[in-house]
Amino acid sequence: MPAWNLTMPESAEHGATPFYVAGRTFTSRLVVGTGKYATMPLMRDALGASGCEVITVAVRRERLFNAEGKSLLEFIDLSRYTILPNTAGCFSAEDAVRVSRLGRDILEQLDNPGASWVKLEVLGDKKTLLPDPSGTIEATRELVKDGFKVLAYTSDDPIAALRIKEAGASCVMPAGSPIGSGQGVLNRNNILLCLELLKQGDAAFPVIVDAGVGSASDVSIAFELGADAVLLNTAIAHAKDPVMMAHAMRHATLAGRQSYLAGRIPKKLYASASSPWEGTISYIPGE
Amino acid sequence: MTVTVNGNPMDLEDGVTVRQVIERLGLAKAACAAEVNKALVPRRQQETHRLTNGDTIEVVSLVGGG
Repeated sequence: MPAWNLTMPESAEHGATPFYVAGRTFTSRLVVGTGKYATMPLMRDALGASGCEVITVAVRRERLFNAEGKSLLEFIDLSRYTILPNTAGCFSAEDAVRVSRLGRDILEQLDNPGASWVKLEVLGDKKTLLPDPSGTIEATRELVKDGFKVLAYTSDDPIAALRIKEAGASCVMPAGSPIGSGQGVLNRNNILLCLELLKQGDAAFPVIVDAGVGSASDVSIAFELGADAVLLNTAIAHAKDPVMMAHAMRHATLAGRQSYLAGRIPKKLYASASSPWEGTISYIPGE
Repeated sequence: MTVTVNGNPMDLEDGVTVRQVIERLGLAKAACAAEVNKALVPRRQQETHRLTNGDTIEVVSLVGGG
């Protein structure tokens, strides 16, 4: 076992609080995607190393078996993970609703608790994969009427995020930066405003920073801003060593969350000595 | 009759059900879902939903995604 593959000491979990979303409670605050891995065993190992309990999947025309004749589901422990099916690739509310219903039908057959959940993505543009806010709101309304718990991907626009919540979403998931871009949290102030508006009078409303994560520090930053969870995929799947990066993401999740809960010091322009001036035996300029 | 299955035309005998198409695709035991003409045919209705000429059927499953 590599040196970094150590069990987290108990103290590392100090202050960890459960993550509540869409009627379920989780220990891990990391949600990990199952796309883009070089191999399925690598995906399985990375998911395990991340400590995540919720994973995302896509719904596609039947190509259940990969080149080796293996199904994605053969590498997923259905008793361990809540599966969150996405509507990636949908550019209209109508298509997103269709795909949501298909995903639910599959997960009901698997008896997975994610069956009524959907990671709603209604995209506005293929190059940037930026979300279409009006399509997202329309699809959210339709899906909520149909009994879905909607976890909606959106941009970091605070008002768009608020309107999606008002449409009935169980969770709003502003993007740190474009999907798969690895640019991290580009506009921290907008994420802060999203959190403020979404949690106004409703502190328990879950907000997940989704998309754009490139490295472990990006995850910690999202948590330090106050995010309830982080959703990522490419940063692990395309890392040079995905399993090690998954470990790093797990640690970054705990570090960022604890840092947020512990309360950071205010930033100051000038220095503040850590050692006492009293009893100094040296020459101090200006004194 | 001819129906379009996952984008490809397929000649089938009249009265074929959605479930029979799924079985012919070798997916009898797979976790998959189907829609006909953009409307979901839930798993419990696949045995009774008969296709008609010109129908478009999509059979989907779960793949890796973010």
